Amino acid sequence: MSPLLSIRDLAVAFRTETGPFEALHGLSLDVFQGRTLALVGESGSGKSVTAQAILRILPPAAAISRGRILFREGEMEIDIARLSAEGEAMRAIRGQRIAMIFQEPMTCLSPLHTVGDQIGEALRLHTGADRKEADARTEDALARVGFPDPHRALRTYPFELSGGLRQRAMIAMALILKPALLVADEPTTALDVTTQAQILALLARLQDETGMAILLITHDLGVVANIAHDVAVLYRGRLVESGPRDTVMRAPGHAYLRALLHAVPRFDMAPGERLTPIRPARAEIPKGQSPAPLTGPLLQVEGVSKSFTLRAGRLWQKPRIVHAVSDVSLRLAAGQTLGLVGESGSGKTTVSKMIMRALRPDSGRILFDDGSGPRDVHALSGDALFAYRRTVQFVFQDPYASLDPRMTVRQILSEPMEIHGVPAAERRERCRALMAMVGLEPNGLSRYPHAFSGGQRQRIGIARALAPKPRLLVLDEPVSALDVSVQAQILNLLKDLQAALGLSYLIVSHNLAVIDYMADTISVMCRGRIVEEAPRAALFRRPVHPYTRALLAAVPDPSLDHPLDFAAVAGDQNDPARWEDPFRLAPDEAGAMRAVETGHRVRFGAAHAAEAA
Amino acid sequence: MITQILRRIVTMAMTLLVISALVFIIIKLPPGDYLTNRIMELRATGDASSVAKAELLIQQYGLDRPVWQQYLMWIGVMPGSVGFSGLLQGDWGWSFEYDKPVADVVGDALWLTLLINLTAVVFVHLVAIPAAIYSATHRNTAGDAVVTLLGYVGLAVPGFLLALILLFYANRWFGLSIGGLYDSALTNQPWTWEKIRSLLAHLIVPTLVIGLGGTAAMIRRMRANLLDELAKPYTVTARAKGLPPLQALLKYPFRMSLNPFVADIGNLLPHLVSGSVLVSLVLSLPTVGPLLLEALRNQDQFMAGFILMFVAALTLVGMLISDLILVWLDPRIRMGLR
Repeated sequence: MSPLLSIRDLAVAFRTETGPFEALHGLSLDVFQGRTLALVGESGSGKSVTAQAILRILPPAAAISRGRILFREGEMEIDIARLSAEGEAMRAIRGQRIAMIFQEPMTCLSPLHTVGDQIGEALRLHTGADRKEADARTEDALARVGFPDPHRALRTYPFELSGGLRQRAMIAMALILKPALLVADEPTTALDVTTQAQILALLARLQDETGMAILLITHDLGVVANIAHDVAVLYRGRLVESGPRDTVMRAPGHAYLRALLHAVPRFDMAPGERLTPIRPARAEIPKGQSPAPLTGPLLQVEGVSKSFTLRAGRLWQKPRIVHAVSDVSLRLAAGQTLGLVGESGSGKTTVSKMIMRALRPDSGRILFDDGSGPRDVHALSGDALFAYRRTVQFVFQDPYASLDPRMTVRQILSEPMEIHGVPAAERRERCRALMAMVGLEPNGLSRYPHAFSGGQRQRIGIARALAPKPRLLVLDEPVSALDVSVQAQILNLLKDLQAALGLSYLIVSHNLAVIDYMADTISVMCRGRIVEEAPRAALFRRPVHPYTRALLAAVPDPSLDHPLDFAAVAGDQNDPARWEDPFRLAPDEAGAMRAVETGHRVRFGAAHAAEAA
Repeated sequence: MITQILRRIVTMAMTLLVISALVFIIIKLPPGDYLTNRIMELRATGDASSVAKAELLIQQYGLDRPVWQQYLMWIGVMPGSVGFSGLLQGDWGWSFEYDKPVADVVGDALWLTLLINLTAVVFVHLVAIPAAIYSATHRNTAGDAVVTLLGYVGLAVPGFLLALILLFYANRWFGLSIGGLYDSALTNQPWTWEKIRSLLAHLIVPTLVIGLGGTAAMIRRMRANLLDELAKPYTVTARAKGLPPLQALLKYPFRMSLNPFVADIGNLLPHLVSGSVLVSLVLSLPTVGPLLLEALRNQDQFMAGFILMFVAALTLVGMLISDLILVWLDPRIRMGLR
């Protein structure tokens, strides 16, 4: 069978101020009907450029400099590379025969137009259908991608939908004209694991139904292992490896792919096994004086709750109250790592903000022990509060937005020390030491953040957090915005820093593999409540709660021996009323935590908890 | 939605009340008023009958009463010599300088002001929007540079200077009479076809002069807004659907970039009245701007008070209109209201 799409010797060059820069050097690959080709690589490898070249939507500074993109349908063969990018022939292919879905379902949909209007647009444009007919077919398309109420969805706006539904809307938009080829650029990267699994299942099902080909661009080898038929690995604009999935993944020939496979956290790692970063970074961490041992835990969260009031729209309407966090208790021993897992909206960020004293809990206490005995964080004031601010530091998710672009790295690192009254000479000394600790050159101190890559910026963020010599770091999704090739570097760095400095970490993430690699104890949050807490090994060995099990089942594993069970992820496991007995909770029911083994506690429905007691 | 609008209107009324107090205080701050100054002048010349007339006016408008009473009478919540007669009753007061009711003095000038400035606003949008779209889509090309350069020239040239130059050449080449909004021969004529034509011909220069600075500023802002939106992923999505470039541009990024301009309507409306004072003086246009200036200089208090209140009311109405348009234009704001 001849391939649907053949790329031959494709080169794409960007015009830059320093002359032309070739992003793709002679790429050749084939995409077959009814099959999924995964294009794998880190950022900058040229995978997105390939996708844009196929649709001829390259940014204005880029152009195809040579090569062919042959698109075949029936007897027809078109060289896309020769068409005019904005010409009629190319526009007829775009959206009709080749469609694309993108990474960020929020920003890819216009907030000013209804979902129905945006999905039906391609249909009206390419087939001349009127609005009524377009609406009818849009409704069908929405039903096909699993919208619960497709008719109502026609009139909704993207910001009224959850991330998963938005991505389903994007898929409906791409597939409404039944294209022969779907280009999916990181379609699940911005989604929660359970939603990701559902979207992957949806793509696989739609492919079975329509026989379309999918070109899947991803950096996540877990996704590749689960839905790709063929794999092509890109490295710096060159194809380094390609072939059927099983051949490539079981016996990776190229060193780069082997390295990539070892750079991501996996569930089957041996205890104590370290990730091997693709590009190792050397950090010099002086053995710090470990803080004096504590008798009790360093941080203890006792039954905190927080609700937010949404403002009422009408005068006579009662304001709506959202319980973001309900009766959450956590315990973090000095020198340990506590992982807080949950999907977006589960309340984990609210908890971390309350620990930082950025939000005040409605009830409950947060106790912190700085060596002089546990004290309630929210009762601190004056000097005690100032000292607490120094002791607890935050590392942000987005290394781009969290560093002021108008400050040099030296200013960024010095600022917390200035605030806490470190003398100038000592600050200079410590800035150099901090750079060495996170594996950056000291001459970077006088540069601005834009001169650094994402991974390097995250190191600067970590150095800034370490500057005032804290005891507790709150890490909010510390690697989820980073490229897969540098995640391992950052995670290893955090581990080394902890071992050397005796730091304690509270790590908040939706990525279970990251939590598994980092944490000593793990708490799982759903809808503002802790549903399960256990030492790391116990939780992954014997997850008890249905929500935890659903989360674990939804993580795509890069190893081919643990395929996702798509049937199992279809349900809505974050609805407490749907949990199986004895875990089911009625609306507004709190249930109760009960130990199933030492240190392993699970939330049961109240009826069952009472019976057991 | 209805509740929201009603609530807004109540707030607007309260705001107007506060503004009226401020306006009155500011007008009253300098010592004396038009009539006492006038009486002093008349006493010096010894014109007894005029002094008596002025004193009558003082009594009639209660200028001999305490300031707070004068204020209450002005807004019409306290009876004056002729009963309740103030802003609330639609009586704008008396212009001492022109010796006529304020309504008669301001009358025509108000409509002409609105006409000139609305024409200028339409001109600004008609020129600026296509220029900005061209400039943004042809970023860093020669065409963009030309538009940008013209824009900067427009920003930098002082309006009154341009006005003089244009007047001179309009007179020399097209024989247009200098100054005014219609030929001076037609001033007291009824509105005939000829007068309207003369008005339209005389509108061109003020429109250009008043609009030019705004056009330049708007091109710059619109271009910057559009460039931001052009880089947004939904623009790429629209292209990936196969939309022709212009259609994709107008439906998505252009529409998104409109919000700040709509939000600006509130500032635009009062600007229509008070913004073009200098140009109006130079072109001797019969608009409200010069009247306000005179009134403030001569402490013609009811005249100044009325114009300032009118501008304030326009601001509030403008804000309301721009908010209503935003609600209609942007579903995010619409949903936020629910």
